Amino acid sequence: MEKEHLYQYILGIADNNLILGQRLGELCGHGPNLETDIALTNIALDLLGQTRSFYQYAAQLSDDYNSEDDVAFLRKEREYRNVLLLEQPNRHFGFVIGRQFLFDVFNYLFIQQLQQSTDDTLRAVANKAMKEVSYHKRFSSDWVKRLGDGTDESHAKMQEAIDDLWRYTNELFELSEIDKELVKLGVAVDVSALKEAYYAEVSELLTEATLAIPQDQYFQKGGKQGIHTEHMGYLLADLQYMQRTYPNMNW
Amino acid sequence: MTAIVAPNIDPHLIETLEKVSDPEIPVLSVLDLGVIREAIEKDGKIFIKLTPTYSGCPAMDVISDDLKAAFREEGKVAEVTLVLSPAWTTDWLSEAGKQKMEAYGIAPPLSATADKEVLLGNQKIVKCTHCRSSNTRLVSQFGSTACKALFQCEDCHEPFDYFKCLK
Ligand SMILES: [Zn+2]
Repeated sequence: MEKEHLYQYILGIADNNLILGQRLGELCGHGPNLETDIALTNIALDLLGQTRSFYQYAAQLSDDYNSEDDVAFLRKEREYRNVLLLEQPNRHFGFVIGRQFLFDVFNYLFIQQLQQSTDDTLRAVANKAMKEVSYHKRFSSDWVKRLGDGTDESHAKMQEAIDDLWRYTNELFELSEIDKELVKLGVAVDVSALKEAYYAEVSELLTEATLAIPQDQYFQKGGKQGIHTEHMGYLLADLQYMQRTYPNMNW
Repeated sequence: MTAIVAPNIDPHLIETLEKVSDPEIPVLSVLDLGVIREAIEKDGKIFIKLTPTYSGCPAMDVISDDLKAAFREEGKVAEVTLVLSPAWTTDWLSEAGKQKMEAYGIAPPLSATADKEVLLGNQKIVKCTHCRSSNTRLVSQFGSTACKALFQCEDCHEPFDYFKCLK
């Protein structure tokens, strides 16, 4: 197995956590109520904690970057491997919950499988993360139900978010050539095999939440190849601001 | 089920380790918390293996610095390595630790099964740390830190933290 391939694979996992963590971090002090504010930032903290371990591992494999911070902060937009779903802006609370829910159901299935990886480090991080991501899924599922089966307004907003974000869900199950090679070695998770379980679970919960399951057949992708939506540049401008302005600064 | 693996700690280091506490729950030493998986002295240097409670727990960096500082005061050099696997579970909290936690105002973790019932809101078994009533309700799965959930007592109406079971 080539070092570069493993490095790219780790970034695919780590960047998802980093970018979602950044979006959730934007809500710190802005949540609709205190409990939700605390919950969302706690979820961000879990994701960033997991991703630190991934980036530390990535930094060991990289010839270009020496530390977890360098990998996280110093890459250009095209070098980030996160899926498009996670860079979508917060817009309103329905979008925050919808994005979280559509990712959490996937991430739960994914981390569960990553615990079987033949790679010791990936397996250890996944082990640690399992209970955390199950808390996340419980939180976002509860809110989808509460908003979907809530007032007319909360229902409409939740439906709007699910309809709008649906087109980004298919990308979660895409396998690159590198992924396929690592799946064969037992290092990577075959995400394409999680697709059926994912849509079944999501559909069941949406139905329970009295929401309609989108019937769109058009899906957008590109994040895994580094081709992002227009939101990504603004997100990175925020995320990288301190390192770009004061190179090598430390807390 | 993960078996509880007893940590490998040189007895003469215990006194110093006990002085280092969790910055979030200062009544708990790192030994009560069960995050020290190994502490051995070799060729005049101390090697410590630390396991984080939660992946993003900000207390771990502080604990690591505090451990080094505690041994530095005795003129010794300590090296701290973070070990993720096997993952920390609330089973590693000492019994004394759970009691200190409760006295401090945080309800200690229940068994995994009871914990699930409680967090799903099906059962009232978490005891209020103020008045000991079990008539309590979950306000939020996420409390003041990632490891805690927020509860409220329906009798004395005071809020309190519950340390979530992690397994
Ligand atoms: Zn009470």
